[in-house]
Amino acid sequence: MFDTLSDRFDGIFKKLRGKGKLSDADVDAVAREIRLALLEADVHVGVVKRFVNEIKERAVGEEVTKSLSPGQQVIKIVHDELVSILGGATGKLKGGSATPTVVMLAGLQGSGKTTVAAKLARHLEKEGKRVLLVAADLQRPAAVEQLRVLGERAGVPVFSEATDPVAVASAGVEEARRLGRNVVVLDTAGRIQIDADLMDELARMRDAVKPDDALLVLDAMTGQEAVNVAETFAATLPLTGVVLTKLDGDARGGAALSLKEVTGLPIVFAGTGEKLDAFEAFHPDRMASRILGMGDMLTLIEKAEESFDADQAAITEAKIRKGEFTLEDFLEQMQQMKKMGPIQNIIEMLPGMPKELRDADIDEGELGRVEAIIRSMTPAERRDTHLINGSRRARIAAGSGTTTTQVNAVLKQFAGVQKMMKQLTKGGKKGRRGMQMPGMPGFS
Amino acid sequence: MSKPRGGFAGFRGRLRSRGKLDDETWDELEETLLLADVGASTTAVLLDQVKARAVSEKVRDADALPGLLEAEIAAALHAGADRSLQRASSGPSAWVLVGVNGVGKTTTIAKLAAREVEDGHRVLLAAADTFRAAAADQLVHWAERLGVEIVRAQEGADPGSVAFDALEASVSRGVDVVLVDTAGRLHTKTNLMEELKKVLRIVERTPGALQEVLLVLDATTGQNGLTQARQFTEAVGVTGVVLTKLDGTAKGGIVLAIEAELGVPVKLVGLGESAEDLVDFDPAEFAAALVGANEEDE
Ligand SMILES: Nc1nc2c(ncn2[C@@H]2O[C@H](COP(=O)(O)OP(=O)(O)OP(=O)(O)O)[C@@H](O)[C@H]2O)c(=O)[nH]1
Ligand SMILES: Nc1nc2c(ncn2[C@@H]2O[C@H](COP(=O)(O)OP(=O)(O)OP(=O)(O)O)[C@@H](O)[C@H]2O)c(=O)[nH]1
Ligand SMILES: [Mg+2]
Ligand SMILES: [Mg+2]
Repeated sequence: MFDTLSDRFDGIFKKLRGKGKLSDADVDAVAREIRLALLEADVHVGVVKRFVNEIKERAVGEEVTKSLSPGQQVIKIVHDELVSILGGATGKLKGGSATPTVVMLAGLQGSGKTTVAAKLARHLEKEGKRVLLVAADLQRPAAVEQLRVLGERAGVPVFSEATDPVAVASAGVEEARRLGRNVVVLDTAGRIQIDADLMDELARMRDAVKPDDALLVLDAMTGQEAVNVAETFAATLPLTGVVLTKLDGDARGGAALSLKEVTGLPIVFAGTGEKLDAFEAFHPDRMASRILGMGDMLTLIEKAEESFDADQAAITEAKIRKGEFTLEDFLEQMQQMKKMGPIQNIIEMLPGMPKELRDADIDEGELGRVEAIIRSMTPAERRDTHLINGSRRARIAAGSGTTTTQVNAVLKQFAGVQKMMKQLTKGGKKGRRGMQMPGMPGFS
Repeated sequence: MSKPRGGFAGFRGRLRSRGKLDDETWDELEETLLLADVGASTTAVLLDQVKARAVSEKVRDADALPGLLEAEIAAALHAGADRSLQRASSGPSAWVLVGVNGVGKTTTIAKLAAREVEDGHRVLLAAADTFRAAAADQLVHWAERLGVEIVRAQEGADPGSVAFDALEASVSRGVDVVLVDTAGRLHTKTNLMEELKKVLRIVERTPGALQEVLLVLDATTGQNGLTQARQFTEAVGVTGVVLTKLDGTAKGGIVLAIEAELGVPVKLVGLGESAEDLVDFDPAEFAAALVGANEEDE
C-alpha cells in the first residue's frame, strides 16, 4: 500500500512535469488520492474533508512539485500532519492526589474493557502501585467471573458484590481504602451510547466515585461511528483519554484520528493482543504509518531489536562479510527469528508486501524440518558442509526423521545462500542493515 | 483543526430543505453512504447506478433519490438470496459461529438457542471457546437460563475435543441443533485460524451435520469487516453473516461489499443483549435504515 499510494501520487505529478504549473484539476487529483486513502482507513468523512482541505495546498506546494519523488514527499507531509494530530503524551494516566485514585473504563459492548482493566492493573502494579480491580458489570453473563480470572492471572485482587453497578463502584473504592490499595480500576458494562438508561447509570457511577481518570475503550476496527461514540461518552464522563484495542489485527485504525480530531483526548494505551502483557503506550508515529497503509515498520524494528542479541548480530555480520557464514550461524539466526514470533506475523507487519506473500501459508513445519536436519549434523559438518558425503547424508536423514533428498535440498539451498552472500559483500556495504524506508526520514 | 459542525444528519433529514438535483445533492448522498461504512469503492458503484437511473428515468427532484438508492442497495443485496438457516435431513444440524474478538458470537448462540427452543427443537451448546477467561461460564449461564444442554471442558482444553464430544452427544441424544461457540480470533492469526479449521474438520466427521458456518460481524466495524469476511470465508467456508449490534447507530454498510464480493448472504441481525433480540435479515429494511441514516436521532 505504501508503494501503491506513493506510486499513485508519483503518477499524478509525472503528468505535470514540463507543464510547470499545477492546474486546479491536478491539485484535486492529489487531494482525491489522500481522501481515498483516509476513507479506506475508516477516518470519519467529516474529519477527512477538513484534513484534506488543510493539507491540499501544502501537498502540491513548490517543495513537493520540485522534488524528485513528489509522491513520497506528499506522503511525508500527510504522515507528519497525522503524527501531529495523533500526538501528545501517551502511556500516562492523569492521576490525582486522593487515595485511592480511581480509573474508570467505559465503552461499547465487546470493545475490550474487561481485558484492558486487567492489563492496566498489571501495568500499574509493575510501576509499584497497589491496585484493586472492581467489577461493576453485573449485566453481561459471567462478566465478574471473567475479571476474577484475569485478576488472578495479573496477581491483582478483584472486588465485586451482587448489588447494583453504582453500589459496587462505591463499595469498591471503600474496599480499596480499607485494604490500603492506592489505585482502583473500575470495569463497567458495555453500553451503546444511545441507551439513555445505561448512560444515566454511567453518570451516576461517575458521581459516586469521582474518577481521576475516565478512559474510553475503543476497538481499532471501529468505522465511522467512532465519532458519535466518543462524543456521547465524552458528554457523559469527564474522559481523560482513550485506549485503542485489537491493534494486533490489520485494521488501519483511522478511528484513532477521528477520535483525536473530534474530542482532542489523548490516546493513552494500545491493546495488542488477548494476553495481559499485550499492552503498550500508544505510538502516534506508528499509527500514522498504519493509517496510510504503510505497515507497522517500527513495531517490527522494535521487535527485532528486542529479540536480537546485538553482540551475536555483530559477529554474524562480520562472518557474512568475510564469507564465513556457516550452517551453525544459520541455526543461530533461526533461533533469533523464532523469538520474534510466527513468521507470518512478521510478514504482515512489513509494508508493501505483495499480496501473494501475505497470503502465502508460511510452512512453519518446513522450517522445523530444516532445523531438525541441521541439528542432526555434527558441529564440524555444520561448519564445513563439504564434509557431508553419502553415508553422512543417510545418517543425518535418519537422525532428523527426513529423507536424503530433503537433506540434499537443504544443503543445496544453503550453498546458494553462501554464494549470494559472497556476491553481496563483494559489492561493498550495500544492503547490510536492510529495512530502510525509501525517502521516509525517521524510518531507518 | 476545529470541531466538526454538529452531527451529520441522515440523507433524508438533510434533503428536506432542498428540491433540485444538483452537485450538492450527490455529495450528500455520497456522504450518507460513506458514513454508513459502505466504503469508498462500493459507494462509487452505487452512486453511478443511481445516477444512471436518475438520467434514464428523467428524475429531477431530489426527493426521489432516497427511493432510487434504497432500490439499488436492496438489489445489490441479492434480493433473492436464500437467507434461511440450513438443516440436516436427518441427525443433528451443527451451526458453528466464528468471528473476531468481542463481536457477539456467544450472545448470538444464546439467541439462536432461544429461538430453536421456541420452535420445539432440542438444542445443545458446545463451549468450544476454551481460551478466553470465563467464556464457558458465560455460555453455561445462558444454557441454564434457557434450559438447554451444554458440553464444556476445562479452560485450555482442546476446542476440537469439545466439538467432538458435543457432536457425539448430539447424535446419541437425538439433538436437533448443536450450536458451536468458538473463541474470538483475529483473521490475521495463522495459528488460530488453523485451530478453527481443525474444529470444523472434527464437526465434519459426523456426516451431514455441518450445516452453517456463521460469521459474526459487529455493525460498528468499518472497512476491516471485508477483510475479516474474506479471510474467514477462505479458511472455513462461511455460509452466512450475522450482523450484530444494529440496535446502535451504526449501519453495518460493509455487508454490501461482503455480499457483492464474496456472495455470502447476511442471514441474521442482532438487536440487543437479550436472548430475544435476534431477527432475520431483511434487505429492504436494511436499505431503508441505511438511507435514512441517523434521521431519527437528530
Ligand atoms: N486480539 C485482541 N483481542 C482483544 C484485545 N483486547 C481484548 N480482546 C478480546 O476481545 C474480546 C472482548 O474483550 P472484553 O475485555 O471481554 O471486552 P468488554 O469490553 O469487557 O466486553 P463487554 O463487557 O461484553 O462489553 C475478548 O475475546 C478479548 O480477549 C486486543 O488488544 N487484541
Ligand atoms: N447492543 C448489543 N450488544 C450485543 C449484541 N450482541 C452481543 N452484544 C454484546 O456484546 C458483548 C460481546 O458479546 P459476546 O457474545 O461475548 O461476544 P463474543 O464474540 O462471543 O466475544 P469473544 O468470545 O470474547 O470473542 C457482550 O456485552 C454482549 O452482550 C447486540 O446485537 N446488540
Ligand atoms: Mg467486560
Ligand atoms: Mg464468546
